[in-house]
Amino acid sequence: GPLSERPLMEVRLGELHTWISTCTFSPQGLLGAVQKAWSSYCAKYIHVRRGGPAGISMLLAGYCLLSYGWNYQHFSKTSLEPPI
Amino acid sequence: VLHTTRQLHTTQQSLAPVPPLPEKGGEVRHGLIPEEFFQFLYPKTGVTGPYMLGTGLLLYLLSKEIYVINHETVAAVCILTVLVYGIKKFGADVAAFADKLNEEKVTTALAMKNEAIQALQTAIEEEKKEQWRVEGRSYLFDAKRNNIAMLLETNYRERLLTVYNEVKKRLDYQVAMQNLKRQKEQDYMIQWVEKNVVQSITPQQQKESIAKCILDLKALSKSAHAAV
Repeated sequence: GPLSERPLMEVRLGELHTWISTCTFSPQGLLGAVQKAWSSYCAKYIHVRRGGPAGISMLLAGYCLLSYGWNYQHFSKTSLEPPI
Repeated sequence: VLHTTRQLHTTQQSLAPVPPLPEKGGEVRHGLIPEEFFQFLYPKTGVTGPYMLGTGLLLYLLSKEIYVINHETVAAVCILTVLVYGIKKFGADVAAFADKLNEEKVTTALAMKNEAIQALQTAIEEEKKEQWRVEGRSYLFDAKRNNIAMLLETNYRERLLTVYNEVKKRLDYQVAMQNLKRQKEQDYMIQWVEKNVVQSITPQQQKESIAKCILDLKALSKSAHAAV
């Protein structure tokens, strides 16, 4: 199909920058993209008949990573304290 | 203002029936990494590719102190151990329980739907029967018409009988009157004749008749004596 309307997973690596140039970076566009991503994640891993721990565990792992990234400065500073 | 030239329903969108949920979610390995990642790396690196990538990444993060090891690491390791142990041991039971709850909900909804369908079907059959009954309307009206004709006939005949009886009574009365009159006339005439006859018998005639009777009796007694 046309390059601008394909979802991210079907875009090849070489066409990535052209694909990024085609999508709209307005607030509505970004919000729409976020909503689409969230709804596709929910439909794939959470709204199923026999789900497992995978759906929530991936969210928690992402949250752990994100919070580690936000607090990295604090971690790196405390690691430089001299041992008692 | 309603634009009457605008078409109202342009798409075939409909909210029911809702498509059923998929049976299983996307495949995830070790509970954290989706299967697509492994498939993405398979053509280039084979089966062990992602694991080598993971090990290398981990060592790089540790050695460069991008991931620092402190008390929180120990806490994280303990928590993760407990979580994994709990999920592995109690996961199936919790899943079965949740499935049972879902099943009950689905069965109640299905039962309601079936009941509604059943009720509507019985309503349809009743309606069909009513329609069949309507066909018999003509017979009903014929029977009623016959009944009414019968009633009219009966009434007419009763009245006819009454008329006949009344007329007969009047005629009988006239006949009885005539008979009575004739009888009375007859009796009166007889009485009158007798009275006149009795009156006409004068005393002289009486004596004569008595003397004649005595003479006759004597003659008779003489003839009777002679006969003996």
